[in-house]
Amino acid sequence: MAEIVLDHVTKRFPDGALAVNDVNLTIADGEFVILVGPSGCGKSTTLNMIAGLEDISDGQLRIGGEVANDKTPRDRDIGMVFQNYALYPHMTVRENMAFSLKLAKENPEKIKERVDWAADILDLTAHLDRKPSQLSGGQRQRVAMGRVIVRTPNAFLMDEPLSNLDAKLRVQMRTEVSRLQKRLGTTTVYVTHDQVEAMTLGDRVAVMRGGEIQQVDRPEVLYETPINLFVAGCIGSPAMNFLAARAKGGVLQTPLGELKLPADRARGLDGGEREVIIGIRPEHFEDVSLVGDEKRDRGATVTAKIDLLESLGSDKFAYFTVQGERATAEHLQELAADAGTSDLGAAEEGVQVTARLDAGSQAAEDEELEIWIDLDKIHVFDPDSGENLTLADTARSNGSEAETTVQRAVPATAEDAERAEPEAKTE
Amino acid sequence: MRSTPRQKIGWGIANVVVLVIAAVPVLWLVSLSFKDPSTLTDGSFYPKKWTFENYRGIFDQPLFTHALVNSIGIAIIATVLGVAFGAMAAYAVARLEFGGKQILIASALLIAMFPPIALVNPMFNLWRQIGLFDTWPGLIIPYMTFSLPLAIYTLSAFFREIPWDLERAAALDGATPLQAFRRVIVPLAAPGVFTTAILVFLYCWSDFVFAISLTSTNNARTVPAAIAFFTGASQFQQPTGSIAAAAVVITIPVAIVVLLFQRRIVAGLTAGAVKG
Repeated sequence: MAEIVLDHVTKRFPDGALAVNDVNLTIADGEFVILVGPSGCGKSTTLNMIAGLEDISDGQLRIGGEVANDKTPRDRDIGMVFQNYALYPHMTVRENMAFSLKLAKENPEKIKERVDWAADILDLTAHLDRKPSQLSGGQRQRVAMGRVIVRTPNAFLMDEPLSNLDAKLRVQMRTEVSRLQKRLGTTTVYVTHDQVEAMTLGDRVAVMRGGEIQQVDRPEVLYETPINLFVAGCIGSPAMNFLAARAKGGVLQTPLGELKLPADRARGLDGGEREVIIGIRPEHFEDVSLVGDEKRDRGATVTAKIDLLESLGSDKFAYFTVQGERATAEHLQELAADAGTSDLGAAEEGVQVTARLDAGSQAAEDEELEIWIDLDKIHVFDPDSGENLTLADTARSNGSEAETTVQRAVPATAEDAERAEPEAKTE
Repeated sequence: MRSTPRQKIGWGIANVVVLVIAAVPVLWLVSLSFKDPSTLTDGSFYPKKWTFENYRGIFDQPLFTHALVNSIGIAIIATVLGVAFGAMAAYAVARLEFGGKQILIASALLIAMFPPIALVNPMFNLWRQIGLFDTWPGLIIPYMTFSLPLAIYTLSAFFREIPWDLERAAALDGATPLQAFRRVIVPLAAPGVFTTAILVFLYCWSDFVFAISLTSTNNARTVPAAIAFFTGASQFQQPTGSIAAAAVVITIPVAIVVLLFQRRIVAGLTAGAVKG
């Protein structure tokens, strides 16, 4: 078990493509860190560089305090679970799991003991003499995990290990992975494009975009204070609602009407008039009749006709359309392109908004509903840079709290701090 | 899709026609080899007078027995070498990015398309000058050269089928590249290797052009070439019976080899490695 440090790590492919750009990340011993982002954001490349399957073009990788850039995967002593499991088809489950120990020339009794132990943890004892082709998808996935845990490597790397399982099994295995990691306490780096996995599994989540880490923090911090449009749109399901708006001081002209931001959220906006994008999470809407008077005062209300209502039992999702422009920004287009929704709704008039209402709401389809908006939770973004303007100010005012929030502004180690400071001044 | 009775009958007829076309010449040859010289030209499909004289005759001739030894030796050595080199080249073609890869693939294809007969004359002269004429290596070398493209093409197709992640997994399990190749790749590529070996062996076994041109004595002459030197009992007699018997004899090892290796070609050996 060891700490993993990525220190200004860069990957440039021979054809000149920059896959990973100047990534700094310190993964503490025993920590579970998730790399999340759309396809091609460099998350898998980063993982492969830690594993030793890709060369590092620039920067330094330290595992357990030792520079590992030029070490072979064999010498890094790292276990990896592949997306397609990569089990050896000609070996039985037992042989698959024992392979690494055999190569390490462990004695046969120790190997048997370790394999039996791992099989017991993963409920594979009954399948030890089968070949991978005789196993179900979930069982193969567990063998792939077992192959990694039989030895005690410095770290576990997982490359979308659950993406090939069906939805139900995936949820089950997700808790399994989480429990296993807690039990073994091994440093783990987990790559996924599923934001639910990212939110639920990790101690910390790193959101990547175009080879750069956007933000690294605890899942709830990413959720509540995303530093830019990309992170805001990436984390959360259903996704945050984005609307184009005009800001003048703390007053926003939006498709939802005129919204007056509370003073502490408006600090990032200067007095001038400007275009902005506002972001409101579905749960920050509510049926007015269910909001207490005191709470109602710190919000605004809007009346809208509900187009579609989905009742999940625990909540109701209400979809309504507001007149206005859809928010357009580079960050959002990238997310839409990855989700395959970039051409959806283009022909529609207005913008669809998703609201998550209490199950007790009397809202009905095709009927008007007065909806309350929590103004304390609105995010205001700059359409060009994507920067979260509501956060810009708070981050500045209580900088100590935002320690890991703004990844590039906060260096990973003291050594980095020295290096980063002159740069910060020139900016 | 379920086929209708009409379709079944149609396919049945087509299969029978193909089988007859393929089997009749072989059966004719077998029949000829058992015919007595006097009934050789009677036109009957079944021998009216059975005899083993033709077989006894060819095994009495050093021309044939030597040729049989030569054929077996040369074909096996050329196959082993061709498949070994082919496997290495195919692995590189399938897995590695290197300069000149396209040139290698293109030139392999070029060799495969080059008519061997065009090379026979220059090789005849060259082999005589460097002392390879009428020797085993003198045949093994061209067989290897001309079977390599075939080996590279078939083997690289097999290697490409093996998921690269298996090697990466082996590397992370602590295997050196050689250990990964030996313990993971080779066992998985075995069916491909055997398939290729059959094809290469058949090519070497049945070649006539090189065998007739680059040999002159029993030293290295293989069976297909030796058959051309068969003579009848007298100058007025055709050696048809002996030729037929020799042809049957050299078909047997091939049939055995194919049957042996076919058992090793287990379809779907790689099933279950990765999520299909």
